[in-house]
Amino acid sequence: MRGHTGYWAFIVHRVSGVLLVLFLPGHFIALGSALEGAAEFDAFLEWTRMPAVKFAEWGIVVLLAAHLAGGLRVLALEFLPWRDWQKTLAALAAAVSLAVGLAFALALVR
Amino acid sequence: MNARRETLLWLAQRASAAVLALCVVVHLATMIYAIQGGLSAAEILGRTRGNVGWLAFYTTFVLAIAVHAPIGLRPVLGEWLGWRGASRDAALSALALVLAALGMRAVLGVFT
Repeated sequence: MRGHTGYWAFIVHRVSGVLLVLFLPGHFIALGSALEGAAEFDAFLEWTRMPAVKFAEWGIVVLLAAHLAGGLRVLALEFLPWRDWQKTLAALAAAVSLAVGLAFALALVR
Repeated sequence: MNARRETLLWLAQRASAAVLALCVVVHLATMIYAIQGGLSAAEILGRTRGNVGWLAFYTTFVLAIAVHAPIGLRPVLGEWLGWRGASRDAALSALALVLAALGMRAVLGVFT
């Protein structure tokens, strides 16, 4: 199945899922810093203004959009009857990720 | 392999996925809206502090993640690292607890 559209959709879904799990504890700890007060929280947000961090942030948003779209594809394949649409679904998943990525990038630089 | 357990895990994964699909759409839209002009603690906390709606939303989001992420990681550990059996499931249960605890700490951090 390697090289098949479905194989790539599977790989993207799996790798994005693993990377999101690795990202989440840091995300939660950073947001939890709000418990120590707004100043502490602002110090963290200041760090996120570095271009490299912004780029990583954009990457994680694209991964989240890709995992969402790929997950909807899996749910559609498992619960809906129209299996001929497999490639269309994979293309739709890619399109959704791209659209979210562009929207977030535009919002990020505004 | 316990067929009943595998079925329950499969079901929990799909149910949590359906909840997360809604949560992630809201989360992406909120981020795209909120990131414009940069983020500040005042802006984020102004939205979330004392807001029971966001508290309920993020609590649901975090708990669904705590169910979804460890179950999703399970076949990855089995197929890519060859890690199966009771030790894998114990580690994943621990991960579920850590995600729930850190996540709820974050939720309370922006609510209180």
